[in-house]
Amino acid sequence: MSKQIAGKPESMSPVVTHYCPGCSHGVVHRLVAEVLDELGLREQTVGVASVGCSVLAYNYFETDFVQAPHGRAPAVATGVKRANPNACVFTYQGDGDMAAIGTSEVIHAAVRGEKITCIMYNNSIYGMTGGQMSPTTLMGAVTATTPYGRGPEAGMPYRMAEILATTPGAAYVARTHVADVGNIVKTKRAIKKAFELQMKGVGFTMVEVLGNCPTNWGLTPSESNKYVTGEMLPYFPLGELKDVTKEVPAGVHA
Amino acid sequence: MRAKLELQENHCKGCELCVQACPRDVLAMGSNINALGYRPASIVDPEKCTGCKACALVCPEVCFTIWQVA
Repeated sequence: MSKQIAGKPESMSPVVTHYCPGCSHGVVHRLVAEVLDELGLREQTVGVASVGCSVLAYNYFETDFVQAPHGRAPAVATGVKRANPNACVFTYQGDGDMAAIGTSEVIHAAVRGEKITCIMYNNSIYGMTGGQMSPTTLMGAVTATTPYGRGPEAGMPYRMAEILATTPGAAYVARTHVADVGNIVKTKRAIKKAFELQMKGVGFTMVEVLGNCPTNWGLTPSESNKYVTGEMLPYFPLGELKDVTKEVPAGVHA
Repeated sequence: MRAKLELQENHCKGCELCVQACPRDVLAMGSNINALGYRPASIVDPEKCTGCKACALVCPEVCFTIWQVA
């Protein structure tokens, strides 16, 4: 009679997460778990957790999981995928993990065209350690280590997805956000495409998801979602930055 | 009633995102305190629910289960 249209995906553990109230990490976890359910990959998936707020991600996924040293999730995922080519391997990292200490690992994984999926949760701050400036912190943003706002001596925030999109081994690179209902649906579509292309063996896939950090931004959950759409989106444009399945071959004029 | 909505209040952290996302005012913040120490959301008008899933999409704790009633 009645059909279930929403609920906890099978790939997600029935526990309360340790994330702060309103944190979008839970939303991204759910989207990844729903995609694994829909593609039927749960039994062959190995996740690789990072260091940061998502360090305990292994508690929330009903798949095999490895916890990598800080920033080294793409390197660990490379080993897992090469040892077990039929596995679906994904990393789940924050901006401090992927864009600061792990820049080298993720860029070289992308350059080598490793058949893994990297999910980057970009909330432009170090959440777990108490709100320090990260490489993606916006100019002028007040954090624990930039009490007068991020100034020019710290450089400009950089865009990880754009950098990875220029690497030859990358098959699919997209940036989305999870601050409103419509874009949560679009994020799921991007994550699903990334996992599909990984399983087809096309190449390296990465989805950068813009999210909030209500606690360290000092905002309520709904205010922090407005900060994502109002302040972060102008600097971090959304879209599919690279998709090899869509590219027109050289010499062909569309 | 077009949809049956179930809310797991003991997992709710009271972030209020679902209350703001609901277009039909089905949800409101409750006055009780749950085991986690938060003030959870509660279903105040289940008859109005259309099953749009907005609450389930924004909920970071996956507290909502929704059935479409045929």
